[in-house]
Amino acid sequence: MNNRLLEVKNLQVSFNTYAGTAQAVRGVDFHLNRGENLAIVGESGCGKTVTSKAIMGLLPSPQTIIGKENSYINLEGQNLLELDDDKMAEIRGRDISMIFQDPMTSLNPTMKIGEQISESVFLHNNISKEEARKVALNMLELVRIPNAKLRMNQYPFEFSGGMRQRAMIAIALACNPKILIADEPTTALDVTIQAQIMDLISDLQKELNMGVILVTHDLGVVASVSHRIQVMYAGQIVERGTVDEIFYNPKHPYTFALLKSVPKLSSNNKETLYSLTGTPPDLINPPKGCPFAARCEFGMKICRVEEPKPMSFGDTQEASCWLHDSRADITGVPRELISRGETYGK
Amino acid sequence: MESKEVLIEVKNLKKYFKVGRKQVLKAVDNVSFNIYKGETLGLVGESGCGKTTCGKTIMGLYDATDGEVIYEGENIHSFNTQEKREFTKKAQIIFQDPYSSLNPRMTVGDIIGEGIDIHHIYKGANRKKERQEKIFELLDTVGLNKEHTSRFPHEFSGGQRQRIGIARALAINPNFIVCDEPISALDVSIQAQVVNLLIELQRERGLTYLFIAHDLSMIKHISDRVGVMYLGGLVEFTTSDELYRNPLHPYTQALLSAIPVPDPEEERVKKRIPIDGEIPSPINPPPGCKFASRCSLAIDKCKEKMPEFKEISHEHFVACHLVK
Repeated sequence: MNNRLLEVKNLQVSFNTYAGTAQAVRGVDFHLNRGENLAIVGESGCGKTVTSKAIMGLLPSPQTIIGKENSYINLEGQNLLELDDDKMAEIRGRDISMIFQDPMTSLNPTMKIGEQISESVFLHNNISKEEARKVALNMLELVRIPNAKLRMNQYPFEFSGGMRQRAMIAIALACNPKILIADEPTTALDVTIQAQIMDLISDLQKELNMGVILVTHDLGVVASVSHRIQVMYAGQIVERGTVDEIFYNPKHPYTFALLKSVPKLSSNNKETLYSLTGTPPDLINPPKGCPFAARCEFGMKICRVEEPKPMSFGDTQEASCWLHDSRADITGVPRELISRGETYGK
Repeated sequence: MESKEVLIEVKNLKKYFKVGRKQVLKAVDNVSFNIYKGETLGLVGESGCGKTTCGKTIMGLYDATDGEVIYEGENIHSFNTQEKREFTKKAQIIFQDPYSSLNPRMTVGDIIGEGIDIHHIYKGANRKKERQEKIFELLDTVGLNKEHTSRFPHEFSGGQRQRIGIARALAINPNFIVCDEPISALDVSIQAQVVNLLIELQRERGLTYLFIAHDLSMIKHISDRVGVMYLGGLVEFTTSDELYRNPLHPYTQALLSAIPVPDPEEERVKKRIPIDGEIPSPINPPPGCKFASRCSLAIDKCKEKMPEFKEISHEHFVACHLVK
């Protein structure tokens, strides 16, 4: 059986704005396997949310331009970019579902929770409203909401933040989708609730054998749940690899910086944190060469002239950086960043 | 230890809000601690635990329901308008949301200079020039340019706005700053920049911080001592190293174990102490220990009697019946 669920090739998304055309996603390739948890990590504005909304077909149509030449989003052999709105509506919710960062603004405040869950079940399956409600009740129990019967008839304002996110997950999973896209599902929540929600997503993924795309800016969150990570910067994927490769053997200076800028519980008090200077580039006029060059400590001349090609390290890891070219001057670059092939343990 | 000078003493501070008819929300309930000169005191807790209210009451932005905040020997809640104005010269606040805390219709120069104008810091003929120079100097301190003076807040990114907020707080040379979640709205890479700036400023100017956050790893990094709050009260209070090495309160232990560690190996072996449910409503909280309803170790006594906030070992305070 083919294990590949989703394949994205050369995805390009730009927006028409008053200032010009902003190239939010500039040629992104990736795939997702059945039962796999893939994390997309990056700063705000790097295009991670736009990528996931493009897969869902949720981008506003007149001002968005999605490049169709040589690009596709294949869901089990079907190219989502070529589907019309009606076909896409059938797929959305049934095959691919999405949960959003802010559960309060993404739930309908005037509808009871039970109705919001059964709505999509009713639309996608040929069943009665009564049966749809039964499915909804089961879903609330699945996401571990206590007193599910009572909660069915309550409105979102009666739910706390963590409960709302659980309700969102229930809506997303109601039609048994093959893929769940979680866009910063825990950013608005407290640490304790964050841990609960992440555990829930990862348990449900195993139970239902779904593919999960987890979009986040926090590397800490993905360490325990994801299988593979891809790091995005300025609309491109700059590095990808398995969780262990990314955390213990990052090859791109941006990944390296992201990992180092988080304080560790074991680090010394008030030690100066490693920090990236500057801000991400303007995507209306993206710079020539490597987009990270202006903020990179190890930048070379070539970085500002020519874009680096992805280079592979082993079967699963890939990074786009000139430092790994054999002609690169690597004096002063930390050994862990340029060591090839060898994985150093902890 | 005795050489430490107390800058602010918080004594049995209470802040209640009236909600609806005859209902009282106890946002801060009987909190006492000292803030030493030149230190960073961290306050952590989940949202709704009263940490921000506590910070704002210490600043005098809220009137206390009961209790005292003593700054250099005087209770700030008994100040008259004149004295309050004097106090705000010494104490400033940096807010959480860099988007809503800057007036969108004022230029950056005016935002930063507002405190200077209010307090008439510069007198005499040269005051306009001096004010301008001070603003340039402040922008430089926080890593922005002179050219930014005439711009408006919407032209800046989140991290830059937070820097403007810091420059505004520094404008009148305060010695105490309340940092109310100054980094939670920022990206990880920008957080490090702002935290480094705050630490550097503290070293240069001997500032005292009350640092409020829900991010335990950042609190551990920046603070000398840490207080953990739950539902309006302190449950544990000690030095930052001791808190992370030897957390005694079950809530602190659970909070610490919930921090996601950016290390897959460690995450795989880590045992998480589960903490079920969510923070209960602070309106009519149950008698006894407030954490009892979520605590896995709770005994009958916890539900009946409020544990005392007592010193277990040197500088380590805990409120729990189970800790002896």
